[in-house]
Parts: sequence; C-alpha cells; structure tokens
Amino acid sequence: MRDTLHRFFRAARGAGVRISPAESIDAMRAAAEVGPADREILRDALLLTMAKSGEEKAALAACFDTFFTHPDFEAPPPANDDQDAAADENGQGEAEPAEGSASAQDSSELGALAQMLLAQDRAAIAAALSSAANAAGLPNIRVFTQRGLFASRVLEQLGIAQLRDDIDALTTSNPADAERLATALGSLRETVSEMVSQALLLYGREETEALRNEILRSAPMARLEQRQIAQMRVLIRQIARRLRERFSKPRKRQRRGHLDVRRTIRRNAAWGGVPFLTAWKRRHRDRPKIVAICDVSGSVAQVSDFFLLLIHSLHEVVSDVRSFAFSGNLIEVSAMLENNKPEEAMKQIMSAVGFGSSDYGRSLADFEKDFMSAVTPQTTVIVLGMPAATISIRAPIS
Amino acid sequence: MAETLSSSASIEAVDRGLASAGYIASRQIATAVYLAEKIEKPILVEGPAGVGKTELAKAIAASRGLEMIRMQCYEGLDEAKALYEWKYAKQLLYTQILKDKLGEVLGGADTLAKALDQLHTFGDVFFSKEFVEPRPLLRALEQPKGCVLLIDEIDKSDAEFESLLLEILSDFQVTIPELGTIAAIVPPTVILTSNGERDLGDALKRRCLHLHIGFPEPKLEERIVETRVPGVSATLRKQLVGFVSQVRTLDLKKLPSVSETIDWAKVLVLLGASELGHELVKDTLNVLLKYEGDIEATMPNVSTFVANAGRQGVFG
Repeated sequence: MRDTLHRFFRAARGAGVRISPAESIDAMRAAAEVGPADREILRDALLLTMAKSGEEKAALAACFDTFFTHPDFEAPPPANDDQDAAADENGQGEAEPAEGSASAQDSSELGALAQMLLAQDRAAIAAALSSAANAAGLPNIRVFTQRGLFASRVLEQLGIAQLRDDIDALTTSNPADAERLATALGSLRETVSEMVSQALLLYGREETEALRNEILRSAPMARLEQRQIAQMRVLIRQIARRLRERFSKPRKRQRRGHLDVRRTIRRNAAWGGVPFLTAWKRRHRDRPKIVAICDVSGSVAQVSDFFLLLIHSLHEVVSDVRSFAFSGNLIEVSAMLENNKPEEAMKQIMSAVGFGSSDYGRSLADFEKDFMSAVTPQTTVIVLGMPAATISIRAPIS
Repeated sequence: MAETLSSSASIEAVDRGLASAGYIASRQIATAVYLAEKIEKPILVEGPAGVGKTELAKAIAASRGLEMIRMQCYEGLDEAKALYEWKYAKQLLYTQILKDKLGEVLGGADTLAKALDQLHTFGDVFFSKEFVEPRPLLRALEQPKGCVLLIDEIDKSDAEFESLLLEILSDFQVTIPELGTIAAIVPPTVILTSNGERDLGDALKRRCLHLHIGFPEPKLEERIVETRVPGVSATLRKQLVGFVSQVRTLDLKKLPSVSETIDWAKVLVLLGASELGHELVKDTLNVLLKYEGDIEATMPNVSTFVANAGRQGVFG
C-alpha cells in the first residue's frame, strides 16, 4: 500500500499536481484511515488531501483513474473451443478427458508463466505482471523511446524465455496447447506494451512536460505553431500569476504622519495613560493597480496574440487592471477582455485597432489625454511592444 | 477487511448524523467530515455561493451536539478582532483604583532599589489572563468540550490574516506574547469557507483538507428540498429541481444555487402550487434569479424548460 501510494504521488506530480511532503503524509494517513477496499472512497480521500484547487482535482482524478486501472490481460480464446475442436477431430467421448489429463500432466512440467496462461488465472497473471513491472523498475520510465526497452525487461521478468522453451517443447508433444500458449504470448505482449505506455503516461509526464515547457519558453514567439498555443496559454497564466503576486504585495507602510490618539491611549492604558508607546495612523493599504498598454500594430502582428493573451490572463487573476491597445491610436480594451474568451477578445481588438503602423508618440499622447486619471502613484504601467521600439519610450507616470 | 468495512460504515454514520441535522451530504462531503475528524485537519470548503458551505458547519455542530463559534471574515480583520484583545478599560480602571494600594505596598521600602525589587515580585499583574478579552479564535480553543469553529469567507480577509491562522490550523494553539502559548483543550473542528474571490495561500491550503462543493446532482437536490421544505409534493419537487438544473446550463451572471432552489420551493408551497406551470414560473422567477439580465435571458426558455421538467416528472 505504501509503495503504491508513493508511486501514485510521483505520478500525480507528473500530472501537474503539486504535492508537498506534508500533503503526502496527510494522504497516507487518510488512505490508512479509509482503507483500500472501496476505491471511490479512497479516491475521495486522496482528492481531499492532495489536490488544492479545481484544476488540480480534475488532473488528480484523471491520474487516479489511469493509475488504478491496470490494463486487462485479454485471455486467449477459452480452452473449451480448442478442446472441442480437438474432440471433434478425434471423435467425441473418450478424447475429452484424455486431452484434459494430458494437459494437466504436461503443465506440471511447464514453467510458472505457461501454467498461469494455460489455467487462465487472471488474478495470478495480473499479480505477476505488476510484480514484474516493479522488478523491471517500470516507474523509472521517462521518455517514450524507452518503451521497447522496458517492455522487454518486463517480459523478461515474467519469464518469457522459459515460456518460449515451453512452447518449443510443446509444439511436438501437444500442438494444441502450444498454439494456445502462442496466442496467449501474443496478447501478453500487448498487455505489457499497454502497461508500459500507461506507465509512461503516468511517470514520464513530468519530464516530458518540463522539456516541452523549456522549449516553449525559449522559442521565439513568432515561430510557434497553432497547436503549441494552448500549452503556451498555461505558461502565460503562470507568468500572469507571478506578476500578480509581485505587485499585490502591500508596500511598506509608512510609520510617520498623524498620531492615532485613541490607539495610543489604549496601548498605554497599563501605564496609566502615560504615552510610552506611540501609535500612528496607518495609511490605507495600497491595492495593486495595473495599467497594461499593448502594441497591436502590423510590425508585431505575430506576437500581439501573446501580448493579448498575457493581458487576458492578467484580467483573470488581478481584479484591478485596465488595458489599452494601440497601433495608430489608442483605445481601452478592458471590457472586451473581461467579457469574452481570449480568442474572441483578440479578434475584436485586432479588428478595432490592429494591424496599423505603430505610433507610440500619438498613442501615448492619447493615453495621457483620456486616461491619465487611471494612473495614480500606486499604478504599475506595463507596456508590451517590440523591445527595439519601446526602448526609448517611458510610460508617463507623474 | 473489517477495518475498511468500519470506515465506510462510519462514513455512512457521518452522513446519517448530518442528515439528522437537516443537511443532506454527498458522499464526498461525508468522507471529508469523517477524515477531518480522524486526522484532525481543518476542512477548507470552496464552491459557489449558496451551496451550503456555512450550513455544513452548522450541521456538523448540531449532529455532534457542540457549540458553533463563527468568525465572519472581512477586509481589515486583524488580530485584535479575531484572536484576543487586552481589556484596556479594565486595565486603566485597575491602575487607577490600585494607585493607593501601590503606595502602601511600596511604603515599606526606603530605597529605590528595594521598591523596585518589591515591584518585581508582583509580576505582570496587568497582563494576566483576567485582562484578556478572548475573540472567536481564542474562544474556540478554550471550549472545554470542543466546538466547531467556522471561519467564514476567508477569501474576504487580507493575506496577512491567513498567516495568523496558520498556528491555529496546524497546532490548535495561539501564542500571546505576554502570556505564552495557549493550546486547545479539545481540538476544535475547523471549517473554513471560501467563495474563491481570491486565491488562498499555499501555506493555508496545505494545512487543510480541500473540499469543493458544487451544484448537487438532481437526485441529491431533490432530497435536500424534501428535507428543507417538507410541504412540496413529489411531482413538484421533481419538476422544480429539473427546471433549476436546466437553468444552470445557461450562461448567467449568477447561477441559481441550492439556497435559491429552497427559497423557490418555499414560495411555490406558499402559493399552493401542486405543479409547475408556465405562468407560475414567469411570476416567481425573480426568487430564483437575482439579476434583471439573468431573468431576461431565461424568460424565452421557460416554456421549453417547464415542458422538459414536466416530462422528467412523468417518467422519472
């Protein structure tokens, strides 16, 4: 149980659920409390202790389902058919028991795996599969090129060499059984490769995702393909969240200003009201304010999607954002971004002001004329544009 | 096997306990409550408004026969309002009254050093427990039989307040600099609720079981309506739950939640309705929906929804 849970934690981390050691301890305790018998309850318990947001819950639920569903070993066609066929050939009556006893005798000399396959003992096969997978170190699989390697290791652990010998030996003595074993071997191979793929899905995801994110992070934005944009969106949301965290920290409160008479008296009450300690009126805490100004002109057309995506994510995570887009002139786009899905919002914005030639001077003048009131000393102004173009521009903060 | 049997049985027992307090819980909720008790962890409940987050705490308190201490969070909530405060007025009064006494006590000392020594022997009389005004959090720790502590709408408080909670949530104790650490007599069952107005800190989340309560399945919602509004006939109940669940598929500003369903059911009972009708729905839609825009968006669909709900009523 413990090992299984440990492997599950790793798989869950791969699925993007952040699990701290403390949480894994909780999960262990919870799992020990509810026991493994009722899978639904176990699932609930793990979801409660490990996942801490809606997204994580969904990811973890999917991970749980993959993790605890073992690829079913497809049993070879039931022995009866073969026996019936054989019986038909040999004539009924005496052949059947003879066959049965023959195979029984044979199987005692066969390897463990062959016996299991012949007996179609699903439970035993499943147990053998999972112990072989552990022995082969299947949870260490990282990238998809390792699939063949791990599959053959697992088969080796299962005792495939012995099985081959058995089949060879049976081919002459008992061709029917040999054939059944051969089909069984085929489906066993399939099961193993399915199991390896599943393991890759569970344990390899972390590595693959990290690699892909690394590539996405360093790739020039103009050269990204459409299908990568969805993944980019996740990364961009992370960036937006980080921005929010950085800017939402309350600034250091100033400790000077007016004396707070009531609080001073209260604080010094124990000394008979002699003001040893002074209390100052606190200034109202600053709320983060962000003004984002985004270039959507033709020269940055390829990357303006990402600018807008970033601003859209900003709107999702920060409450007090106003955003503006400009090429030739500047308009406010906060409402469009707030009320629409990213794609629609982008389309609207691009059709409103996009693709012109950029005029920073006039746009910023527009901004100063109409929206300067949005900028206070607490405001952070972010200008998104081509670095070469923005380098000489500074946001006019008074 | 026996152990697991008992665990699922005890989850059912929790479920029954909550039901007896008038709260119909889904299996997940019951599991969360069970686990919270077993591994002594607070539950952080998230979900849309009106799905019964606060009710859950009340039901737990009622089913266990404990007192519920509620702390409503809001912006600017601080230590003095949540944890404890010194009784300044009392301190002031006592210093005034005891002034003469102080003179008597110190009268025997002829040098300043001696007087100081004598003064030291009294210790911090004015910062003792008598002068502490316990606020909800401290009060919850002081309950001799334990209690249910509801920290409501934690997302409305400031981020600093979360840090204040950490000590209570993980160790069930608070530290008052002048007095030392006060540990809970009986660890309270802590329920935190959040409407997701802002993301909570990881440190807080890590200390809690995270339970998300969404809109209930129609079957569950019917049971909830059944317990809460006993006067509703079975047909009407099915129909109105069916209707509400269809309204939830629309893109509205505020989706109707369980509390709205219950209110609506109460209204329909008051009006003596035995069946959901087209006109009736149009007249009472403002109970279910709280925005003019939402009502307008729903109006055109009313006939279809009523028809669908009616069909469910017949076949369900």
